[in-house]
Amino acid sequence: MCRALILAPPLLWLALFVAAPLAILGAIALSEPAAGIPPFASPLAWDGGWPRWQGTLASLAALVEDPLYAEAALRALRVAAVTGALCLVIAYPMALCIARARPERRPLLLVLVLLPFWTGFLLRMSAWIGLLRDEGWINGVLQGLGLTQAPLPLLYSEAALMLGMVHSYLPFAVLPLFATLSRLDPALEEAAAALGARPAMAFWTVTLPLSLPGAAAGFLLAFIPAAGEFVIPELLGPPEAQLVGRVLWAEFFQNRDWPLAAALALALLAVLVVPILLFQRLEVRR
Amino acid sequence: MAPGEFLALLGGSGSGKSTLLRLVAGFEMPDAGRVLLDGADLAPLPPHRRPVGMVFQGYALFPHLTVFDNVAYGLRRDGAARAEIARRVAEALALVGLEGLDRRRPHQLSGGQRQRVALVRALVRRPRVMLLDEPLAALDAGLRERTGLELRAIQRATGAAFVMVTHDQAEALALADRVAVLEQGRLAQLGTPVALYERPATRFVAGFLGAANVLEGRAAGGVITCAAAGCTLRPAETMPEGPVATALRPERIRVLPPGAAAPAENGLAGTVTERAFRGESWLLVVRARGGQALRVVLPAGAAPPAAQTPVALAWDAASVVVLAG
Repeated sequence: MCRALILAPPLLWLALFVAAPLAILGAIALSEPAAGIPPFASPLAWDGGWPRWQGTLASLAALVEDPLYAEAALRALRVAAVTGALCLVIAYPMALCIARARPERRPLLLVLVLLPFWTGFLLRMSAWIGLLRDEGWINGVLQGLGLTQAPLPLLYSEAALMLGMVHSYLPFAVLPLFATLSRLDPALEEAAAALGARPAMAFWTVTLPLSLPGAAAGFLLAFIPAAGEFVIPELLGPPEAQLVGRVLWAEFFQNRDWPLAAALALALLAVLVVPILLFQRLEVRR
Repeated sequence: MAPGEFLALLGGSGSGKSTLLRLVAGFEMPDAGRVLLDGADLAPLPPHRRPVGMVFQGYALFPHLTVFDNVAYGLRRDGAARAEIARRVAEALALVGLEGLDRRRPHQLSGGQRQRVALVRALVRRPRVMLLDEPLAALDAGLRERTGLELRAIQRATGAAFVMVTHDQAEALALADRVAVLEQGRLAQLGTPVALYERPATRFVAGFLGAANVLEGRAAGGVITCAAAGCTLRPAETMPEGPVATALRPERIRVLPPGAAAPAENGLAGTVTERAFRGESWLLVVRARGGQALRVVLPAGAAPPAAQTPVALAWDAASVVVLAG
């Protein structure tokens, strides 16, 4: 009884805000597009009190037939993977330094990592636009110093896209890495040293392998939201790079093909669930 | 320290015994003084270049490696050949009776097994000096004595010098060739277990090892008048005149038969205030006429006087140890 009471709120929450939206999304994905409001026809019609199936798998088929979607998804996954990898490479030394800092200084360093979150996301992206655009700060300084004659095409490039992505998702990679590294017993590296391992070797053979779960969590926490990201590519990225997030947005709001957009969203979700499940199985094995 | 010696560093918490060990291992640097091995200063050597092995308090086994890889870790860093590593790891595991467990991970081992893996992981590189930080503290009481004796047997077999940090005086006395008692970062006394126990140099050592009774008084003409205990002591040894402290071991005090009077020297009359059975012995707390409480330990076979009964105590002159400080 008590158990049911405790479990009820989170279960209700999950049912209302996870299961129900997913079910609606699934229903939309199986329906025919319509010109009215809502812009789709329900996959179930009511015939004299009996439900009749009038849905279609056309949207799902379109996803497979038109290479646009698979390409956009692959491009997004590639961008997300590079984002995750860059975040990991930058976050690891940061997390290691914070974990090795004196305990009384750690909270301050962690607050500094989280500080960007105190500014609005769009404001931070606008700041990058202000820095990177042709008349922006960076080009202004470069030309003012006479280093370049014409403005460098910084904005709307792959580099600007990655800059924005890494900047946005870096804290997500730092935190799990810090949690793992700060829990490691400092005696382990001392034991390695006492057994003849140079500091770099001790790190490579002891600290690094023991921090892999944190690294995997940090990578996934950056990779998963980055895969569906559409604001950053829209604001900073090259216009020709159609990432899946932007395709999704276009299908919903420009083409108003809700069934196709819903099918695409579900497909993306299914793809992203795979690494999460793999990670969880890895965790259980430990 | 002699080659092949077993030295125990004994002290309470904060006495600096672990810090001393970490100085030898190279994890801490001395502000002054030197760490010498065969006459050579170890100071310029970083921890990984020192010919010492260390067993950490929590063992610090590598949780992601198997028992085999834990023990092989140091050999691999030394660049030993694969076949030699396999042979020496197998030898080392056989030495402590862990054959067949080489594929386990540390979390699949018992506390005693983990302790032995930590020991051979350090020993397998054949270090000149082994440093052990409370190697038995994490074990159950029943396992501690046996593991301690195994530890000493392994030390004898390998011939390495062992330095063991412990806060347990029984452990230090039982295992070590020599015991160094540390008090607040200073060496209070260094000696064989028997010498330390029989002839403690200071009040601290006397109290720390076997909880000796410390009797204070004024020495004049070969006897000490001790007002707090209400008795006169005549030690066998000579001593300076003036204020002096002596140690008297609880088990060196005899209880005289009921009705007998306490001798005028090296004896006193008092009242039993507490009586406790300790298995192998009885512990009596006797309040002397002067007010001081004395601990008296009698063998379990003796019939001890009951609490709140008057009692007469006596001891031999040789049992009175004059303390230096």
